Amino acid sequence: MYAVEVTNLSRRFGEFTAVDNISLKVKTGSIYGFLGPNGSGKSTTIRMLCGLLTPTAGSGTILGLDIAKNTEAIKHKIGYMSQKFSLYDDLTVIENLNFYAGMYSLPRVNGKQRIQEMLALAGLENRQHQLAANLSGGFKQRLALGCAILHNPPILFLDEPTGGVDPKSRRMFWDIIYNLSQQGTTIMVTTHFMDEAEHCDEIGFIYNGKLIATGPPSQLKTALPGTLLEIPNSKPMELLTTIQTKQLPHLDLYPFGAMLHVLVTPDNIQAYTALRAKIIAPSLEDVFVYLVKTHREEDLA
Amino acid sequence: MNRLKALLIKEFIQMRRDRLTFVMMIVFPILQLLVFGFAINTDVKHLPTIVFDQALSQDSRDFQASLAASGYFDFIYTGNNYQQVTDNLQSGRAKVGIIIPPDFSENIKHGHSSTVQVIVDASDSMTASSAISAAQMVGQLKSQEVLLNRLRGYSGKSFDMPYDVRIRPWYNPDFVSAFYMVPGILGIILTMTMVMITSMAIVREQEHGTLEQLIVTPLKTHELILGKIIPYVFVGYAQATVALLVGILVFDLPIKGSLGLLYGLTSLFIIASLSLGVLISTLSKTQMQAMQMSFFIFLPSILLSGFMFPREAMPLVFNWLGNLLPLTFYLQILRGIILKGVGLSVLWTQVLALIVFISVVLTISIIKFQKKIA
Ligand SMILES: Nc1ncnc2c1ncn2[C@@H]1O[C@H](COP(=O)(O)OP(=O)(O)O)[C@@H](O)[C@H]1O
Ligand SMILES: [Mg+2]
Repeated sequence: MYAVEVTNLSRRFGEFTAVDNISLKVKTGSIYGFLGPNGSGKSTTIRMLCGLLTPTAGSGTILGLDIAKNTEAIKHKIGYMSQKFSLYDDLTVIENLNFYAGMYSLPRVNGKQRIQEMLALAGLENRQHQLAANLSGGFKQRLALGCAILHNPPILFLDEPTGGVDPKSRRMFWDIIYNLSQQGTTIMVTTHFMDEAEHCDEIGFIYNGKLIATGPPSQLKTALPGTLLEIPNSKPMELLTTIQTKQLPHLDLYPFGAMLHVLVTPDNIQAYTALRAKIIAPSLEDVFVYLVKTHREEDLA
Repeated sequence: MNRLKALLIKEFIQMRRDRLTFVMMIVFPILQLLVFGFAINTDVKHLPTIVFDQALSQDSRDFQASLAASGYFDFIYTGNNYQQVTDNLQSGRAKVGIIIPPDFSENIKHGHSSTVQVIVDASDSMTASSAISAAQMVGQLKSQEVLLNRLRGYSGKSFDMPYDVRIRPWYNPDFVSAFYMVPGILGIILTMTMVMITSMAIVREQEHGTLEQLIVTPLKTHELILGKIIPYVFVGYAQATVALLVGILVFDLPIKGSLGLLYGLTSLFIIASLSLGVLISTLSKTQMQAMQMSFFIFLPSILLSGFMFPREAMPLVFNWLGNLLPLTFYLQILRGIILKGVGLSVLWTQVLALIVFISVVLTISIIKFQKKIA
């Protein structure tokens, strides 16, 4: 069963195509990671799914409801946390929660209990009467999440929920996400942190508005044609030029933190033994680098 | 219903937290009223006047006394030659120069007409026209007096003037500008704050991203708009009450008509202005734009509504444009109830106009709002 199904979805702003003919499916109860650099069209896609933007072309359904026609019905079923988690700064924690409880017409008793649950989830029990403006980034983020899931939505859209939040809060946040997922909530989350993407059941890579690869992280990693080598070096850029001038055989070559990554066909591994290269399992970032490169080449051809 | 209630609670909490704005909204009308009411006095009286009396006779003194009695001229300078009159006018010390010829009394006695020169500094047209009409009036009255005396002298009978036109300024018999200004300023203040407040409040939510968060909830567009209008109706009423109190306590504004009707119809104008604010918010992306657009409404409201200039004297196009502004109708309602004491039987066209305005503007706003989201 799929909670979200999208076919040939596009969105143009004037001449510019922000989302270009995207088709994807999100399994009910899974965590779908929407991955891509800034400006690639992640938010635009999410906003179309939430009924905040009308698609220029294509169609989509959420729990069988059409995203263009049934926006009002969809609103009861989804939770959405926008990129800059927007709370009312001049309201207290509890006032923000009460407000959204009202927006979703939660019944009084039930609502009170839900609000307590959200306070516990965000670790904000002792800060109920603090203004949202005075909360730290991590608390703000969890409060925004609390407001977005007060009404127990079966589907949750999170647009870069971990932007500008410290690593500890990021981990706490992901723990909550897992929990929700285990309880059956379908989650679609955008990010540009590759390590977060590793935790997703399924990933969609989006680049320049196009969905260039989809699949579970493990499967995507097998997409690399060849073997990945890692060469530790304090000056990766210099080594990179050396390899290029020596014309050592490679499929791809790029700096990766304080390392150099080289993608080679298995029979060319020996050429790099002198450089103390070692074979590593590719990360999602390696896959993404490769996909972007081949995609660029396709575009040019 | 739940949603609207939650929205209203939120708006009132936010309003309570933002005390500064609330205080401003209440203090602002008081200041405006005091400044306009006292400073803008459209009746120009007590103009500093220099007189060069060459006749120095009983008649010339009598004529000066009549001019002084009109209240328009203060004889504070006496000139001994033309040059002094010119100097005083040029320096601005005097606004009016009066020159009485040496043969003033002789001419009157012998039944000739006697020419009195009234020189007016017309660089301020309001001053000039007041001075001119006052001088003409005094001149005519004195002439009539002389003529009647002369007739009586010839015939021994007493005469009445064949035409006796008396102008009686109804509704505001003493031409007290404050009476006319206070209702106008009340309307202007409401226009300004109501339009600006709603438009900026909505655009602020848009800028902060909270509007997007609201739109993904099941909140309906009309609930959102109502939630932004209802709280400010209270603010509008607070302002109207303060303005009326200042009018009554400071300027002795008499309220001839029904205060209840005034309050009732004020709600129509407040809602009309708030709707305009909502419409502006759908057209602007930033609070700055919303503010600028509010001024775009505000200026014609001052110029075309009849607040500053009588609408009857306007070219047809401007008169017609004025009919698009809620303030035009509200001013007629205000002045009608406060100064004339009229009721709904007279003001129903204005009431209807405001209702039509509200319906049209709110409908457009709701449609535009939905478009904006998509
Ligand atoms: N309302 C809009 N009008 C015009 N261009 C837009 C609008 N929203 C987004 N874009 C453009 O569409 C592209 C994709 O934006 P977005 O979906 O926000 O990317 P991401 O979330 O992946 O960073 C960007 O180039 C952005 O400038
Ligand atoms: Mg984004």
